[in-house]
Amino acid sequence: MGTTFTKIASVSVGVLGASSIDFSSIPSTYTDLCVKISARDLAASGSLYVCVNGTTQTNQTMRRLEGSGSAASSDSQSSIFFPIDGSSQTSNTFANTEIYIPNYAGSTNKSMSIDNVTENNATQAFADLIAALWSQTTAINRLNFQCNSSFVQYSTATLYGVSKS
Amino acid sequence: MASTYEPIATQTLGSAQATVTFSSISGTYTDLVLVATAASASGEPTISFQLNGDTGTNYSRTLLIGNGTTGTSERASSSTQGRISNSTGLTTTLGANATIAQFMNYSNSTTYKTVLARSNTTLYATEAIVNLWRNTAAITSIALFTNSGVNFAAGSIFTLYGIKAA
Repeated sequence: MGTTFTKIASVSVGVLGASSIDFSSIPSTYTDLCVKISARDLAASGSLYVCVNGTTQTNQTMRRLEGSGSAASSDSQSSIFFPIDGSSQTSNTFANTEIYIPNYAGSTNKSMSIDNVTENNATQAFADLIAALWSQTTAINRLNFQCNSSFVQYSTATLYGVSKS
Repeated sequence: MASTYEPIATQTLGSAQATVTFSSISGTYTDLVLVATAASASGEPTISFQLNGDTGTNYSRTLLIGNGTTGTSERASSSTQGRISNSTGLTTTLGANATIAQFMNYSNSTTYKTVLARSNTTLYATEAIVNLWRNTAAITSIALFTNSGVNFAAGSIFTLYGIKAA
């Protein structure tokens, strides 16, 4: 039986930084997609924004459960985003994220399971559990990730395809 | 490179169905991962499970739930079912829920079994659930059903993967 957790593409940000991380022309030959991201924003307060089949955030919703180190909270948003490390956080720390998208090439709306943590040697760091939805029935063929400023060097993202056969 | 993440079986429901069962699960893997994109025929039920046909009060669970307003935690013990998606987990809309569950060290015959799950329905909540099955037997079958007894909707997809440590 063949390997079913297959690397489709990987990005490692170089010394000049990157305004976005883009996975385009994603084939529809897998069952699910999984993206693993280690990222840091040049901005003081970092955020990562998920764009599907383009570079804008449309037809998105999410519900989030977040722990900050001192409290747990929950909110709803009309776009998919979450905190990542920025320049205000401890140097050389990166947020780590897994985004799992089942049935990404199917004909129903696309739900996502997102787990995210930031790192910081201080009282505040975030852990996020996110239910996200892209309310479109077309197959996902592009995932574009943006941040508040630019992704710093050594930020990485790897896209995997998971196949049920 | 050796294959360490292998599909065991997938079930795509051609019609509404009350129970989805993965049986005769081989003990050759280290962990199991179940991925579900399911909907209900009516209401907003759970995705519940029983292992090896055990209907006894041998299941317990702790939940973290974010409903978009508050974060809460729930606990159930001596239950007759585990859950990988809690109440209001499913909707009648296909594609509205993504659930991923991990059956840890499922094939050993020494320890009780832990099942970690993440269920995501933007209409209602995001959930993290840890289940315990108080039984040392290797898991050889997983039966999935809803707590209210309603069917899973046609088009629901359940896929079971096996993960090998080496």
